Amino acid sequence: MKEHSKYILAFLITAALFVSSWLISYSINKHKFAVLQAAQNQMSLDILTSETQFDLLKDTTCDNSAASVFSDDLQTLAEKITYSEDNVGSEVEIDTLKKQYTLIEIRDFLLTKRVAERCHQTPISIFYFYGTKVACPDCVKQGYVLDALREQNPKVRVYAFDYNLDLSTIKALRSIYNVGDALPAIVFNGVTYNGFQSLDQLTSLIPTSTTTK
Amino acid sequence: MNIAEMATYAITFLALYVQIFLFVTYLERRKLLARESAIVVGTLVVYPRVAVIVPCWNEEKTVHGTIESLLALEYPKDKLQIIVVDDGSTDNTWSEILKYQDHPQISILHKENGGKHTAVNYGIEHTTTEFISCLDADSFVAPDALKRMIDMFQRNPQFYAIAPSIIIHHPKTMIQKIQKVEYNMGIYIKKMLAYLGAIHVTPGPFSVFRRSVFEKLGGFRKAHNTEDMEIAYRMQQGHLIIGHCHTAQVYTIAPDTIPKLFKQRVRWIYGFIQNTVDYKSMIFHKSYGNFSFFTLPSGVVSITATVYIFFTIFYNAGVWLVAHIARWRIVGLHSSTFSFNFEWFYINTQAIVLITAVLYAVLIVSTAIGGKLVKQKLSIHVISYIVVYSIIAPFWLMKALWAALTSRKPHWR
Repeated sequence: MKEHSKYILAFLITAALFVSSWLISYSINKHKFAVLQAAQNQMSLDILTSETQFDLLKDTTCDNSAASVFSDDLQTLAEKITYSEDNVGSEVEIDTLKKQYTLIEIRDFLLTKRVAERCHQTPISIFYFYGTKVACPDCVKQGYVLDALREQNPKVRVYAFDYNLDLSTIKALRSIYNVGDALPAIVFNGVTYNGFQSLDQLTSLIPTSTTTK
Repeated sequence: MNIAEMATYAITFLALYVQIFLFVTYLERRKLLARESAIVVGTLVVYPRVAVIVPCWNEEKTVHGTIESLLALEYPKDKLQIIVVDDGSTDNTWSEILKYQDHPQISILHKENGGKHTAVNYGIEHTTTEFISCLDADSFVAPDALKRMIDMFQRNPQFYAIAPSIIIHHPKTMIQKIQKVEYNMGIYIKKMLAYLGAIHVTPGPFSVFRRSVFEKLGGFRKAHNTEDMEIAYRMQQGHLIIGHCHTAQVYTIAPDTIPKLFKQRVRWIYGFIQNTVDYKSMIFHKSYGNFSFFTLPSGVVSITATVYIFFTIFYNAGVWLVAHIARWRIVGLHSSTFSFNFEWFYINTQAIVLITAVLYAVLIVSTAIGGKLVKQKLSIHVISYIVVYSIIAPFWLMKALWAALTSRKPHWR
């Protein structure tokens, strides 16, 4: 083999290995994305089932198990979407996932609220608005605080919303709760708190009977 | 993709390219390699006269073993001259050497300390033989090594020098066992470079030269304490071909601690950098073939890739640590503060990770081939080699780079 041919051959093999790695990575990530999409679809179906079941049963039961099982699943899904933002899928694909996820969150919130009203419960729900396209240096810190809050108080349901997501529902929520550009923003019991809220500040908002330190 | 990611891909591509190029060479020459491995060297038709120079500086513990291994060579006594040069040792090396003063095969010389290259050149002045070799006084030759190398010279008259396979002598500590793996890979690389006519170092442990090399090029030079590298650069510049006899084995004592290894590698890398700077006109110069288009650039790629990958890992680890410390300061110690998720979904399947895995796989295969050439199995220490060298090699590379930039010469030992 002529020497220059070997240089070209080695280049082609190296390039082929690179392309193969890209393709394998792309294929695995597509699969991951499909798994995520399937989990999201299943969750959407589960909520729809719960809503239907709740409407059917009407006053016959206040067994809220059907309506409150999604908190952990939502959290798991949120973690995977967050991970995927950096590692899996394109920006457009992730954007679509986040929009679907946001709608699931809101439906979960509404179902929880209906169950609570009918069954005289007091659910603890927090809306958390974070920014991905506007400067929000405290959003990462706020995320840590909310993780810790959920860990301390498993009954607390945290619904995280991307402030910049191009979704009319988000715009409606921002309008309802008067959430401005000063992120992060926390909405608790209809009151909006702008800027970073510490763990102690948030814990003090939660009724003592549900706090489990 | 941002600039840092593009740089990562570019450097990984080049690092993989170097390994693939060597592997293509292996596939191309594997039949020749098998034939060379199968050569049984019996009695040579002609035994040319050979002088082996042993430069010593404070080698009281090992010089005896070195000389004894030379005396045990399967080579006619009247054709083998051993010249032991004490380069102004300050320990008992000279008294160890004096024990051989009456030996008919051995000449002993003493001089003021001037560095290894002066000791070898002093020895060369006292030779009249057709072939000249040198052997570091911390190394030991296999009995058939010289016979095999001379046989190779006789089969390949175009060779002006031949390097042997260097194997770690009785590795005891973990760091020596790791070096054994590294040296096995080195045997593979050297063999492939020999096929490419692109060897860049004729190692101190028992490289054999035709006398005409020194007649054409002059003796060894100080060359930033890497005289065995500089002579190879000069030979490449003079188009004098260097071969590699992988079946000729030489055992050398490896540094037994990380600090000693560190010092040795700083000197080697510093020497590579400085010699490459000294001979920079040879880079990408078509008249110097693979040496200029492969060996020298791949050395630069290796240094750049190692340092870059280290900084990338260091930066990412730093970012992770800072984030977790921040989390700890904000919310205290929760189970989620330092948690890891082992679900398959979170396994990093980015292309760069897969490509890096391919690169490491090729390195392991290279090590296995190198081991096979000297009849050694692939050791589990290949894992330790990758892990330990990934951590410490960037430091000696950076120190050597720093020394080169600031012109601070590393000490010999």
